[in-house]
Amino acid sequence: MENALIKFENLSKIYKIGETEVHALRGISYSIHGGDFLAIMGPSGSGKSTLMNIIGCLDRPTSGKYFLEGEEISSLDRNNLARIRNKKIGFVFQSFNLLPRTTALENVELPLLYSNVSSKVRTERALEALASVGLKGREHHRTNQLSGGEQQRVAIARALLNDPSLILADEPTGNLDSKTGAEILEIFKRLNEDKKITLVVVTHDLDIANYAHRRIYLRDGEIIKED
Amino acid sequence: MNILRTLRVSLRALTRNKMRSFLTILGIIIGVGAVIAMVSIGEGAKKGIEDRFNSMGTNLLFVSPGSRNVRGLHTGSGGFDTLKEEDAKAIEQQCGAVKYTSPSVSARAQVVYGNKNWNTSIQGTGAMYPEIRKWEMAEGTYFDEQMVRAAAKVCVLGSEVKKSLFEDEDPVGRIIRIKKIPFKVLGVFKSKGESGGWFNRDDMIAMPYTTNQKRLLGIDYIQSIDVSAVSMAKTQEAQRQIEDLLRIRHKIAPGAEDDFTVRNMAEIAEGAAQSTQIMTLFLGSIASISLLVGGIGIMNIMLVSVTERIREIGIRMSVGAREKDILLQFLAEAIVLSLLGGLIGIGFGVGLSKFVHFIPIFASWKTVVSLSSILLAFLFSGSVGVFFGFYPARKASKLDPIEALRYE
Repeated sequence: MENALIKFENLSKIYKIGETEVHALRGISYSIHGGDFLAIMGPSGSGKSTLMNIIGCLDRPTSGKYFLEGEEISSLDRNNLARIRNKKIGFVFQSFNLLPRTTALENVELPLLYSNVSSKVRTERALEALASVGLKGREHHRTNQLSGGEQQRVAIARALLNDPSLILADEPTGNLDSKTGAEILEIFKRLNEDKKITLVVVTHDLDIANYAHRRIYLRDGEIIKED
Repeated sequence: MNILRTLRVSLRALTRNKMRSFLTILGIIIGVGAVIAMVSIGEGAKKGIEDRFNSMGTNLLFVSPGSRNVRGLHTGSGGFDTLKEEDAKAIEQQCGAVKYTSPSVSARAQVVYGNKNWNTSIQGTGAMYPEIRKWEMAEGTYFDEQMVRAAAKVCVLGSEVKKSLFEDEDPVGRIIRIKKIPFKVLGVFKSKGESGGWFNRDDMIAMPYTTNQKRLLGIDYIQSIDVSAVSMAKTQEAQRQIEDLLRIRHKIAPGAEDDFTVRNMAEIAEGAAQSTQIMTLFLGSIASISLLVGGIGIMNIMLVSVTERIREIGIRMSVGAREKDILLQFLAEAIVLSLLGGLIGIGFGVGLSKFVHFIPIFASWKTVVSLSSILLAFLFSGSVGVFFGFYPARKASKLDPIEALRYE
């Protein structure tokens, strides 16, 4: 029996906005295996971001179970979720989410600030990560001196820093032109094929969707199609 | 995250916005500076008074009319005229622990020399006044016992009066007029300097008390008696001897209220020191209020800072920062700010205390900057940072990462 990296059963998420209840996710179940490249697609409001937030341990489901590497996440407290985010998960966002007025190196180092690693090792690893996304030599440029594509690469390098088993990307090419977007896809391909990192990407970008091993389509909080 | 790392992260965050950081701590700087300056001025005043009393000698006693019970001068039983010069003579002769006495009769008057005149204090004293008060002559001599007996029309000038009436001219042997009566100048006191700043001790003229009594005021009593004890150790004994003697002389029944008061220098010095202490405390407390305001300023800015950096907090949380990490980071920022403000404030306050000397009116005020007040100010500013920084830091740590990331 293959052990799935990620497994969720009957995941539901309900938000209360004032008096109304919004059912963002309605009883979703799915498994993702190590080394998979999964694309999540669907119209806005379909629950894609909510699902990503739960997978990424930024949020907890209202009901249902979520297993990451066999550990049940749904019942953990805020601090434990933070620990898992630090050690096992890397995030890449549509709007890059780098610290402003900060150098690329400092941005990449950020995750290791919150773990027990010496500053020397931290800097070494950060430099390696930056090199692996092709940004060697740009370490000391500040965020506002980097182009969109370069910023996204810094974000990816940051996501790689702790050797995570999983990288989550929410519309990573949404703010980039098609040429830069293709470069980012190349990096993703390399990470998935060479380093066997599991990738879960929410995207509208068909190139990414076509390259992915599997795709799931969400609408109104449910999976309506998978392939 | 360990302490050093937290500090470095906080420092980094603060230097990203130098102007705002500076404006934030301005309140603390002013507050700490004000407290240090106030306290050092107060301590200086206290020291000035202590020095003044020390220079007068610690074996000094004063006898004044009226009982001690009422704080004013000439009230209570006996009124103002119960002391006579015979009392002073008797004390000097009969009290073994007493060395010298000098009766005192004072008034204010206009003094004229040539075309200059000056309003000053006329102190009628005995011949031993300079010995009792440890006040030396700069030139000339003091009057003697014979001149006192004769109520001679002679006087000795304080250095300030000499300057005003004679400028650079030598006054010894000259005639000045007080209330139209001619007086010969015998000498000039050495300048005592002004410590304490409220009045000038060199602005006076001394003459035989008998002269003041008979020729200027027309009274037959004396206003007080300066007494010097044989030694500092014998001061208490002298005080008792004087009190016993005067009770007999003034026929005061045992248990009845005295019609005089004997004070020794130490008591007076202590009283003055205490009141300056209270004044210092008062000034310091007022200045501390500005420190409080500075703390509120820090809280204000930290709250604004937290709101401005909600996105950044979200990013940090998404890569694994826990509540504790965020709390410590922002708390450290607040503490670094307030300690920095404290340090600069201490420098500012010390500079201010030194600067006071350059302002003419305050030139004579001493200032004493004590190590303990510096330490206290530093600790206080640190605790302001902890106290006022806690709420914003806590608010930051309780943010929800998803909403924080979505914040525009």
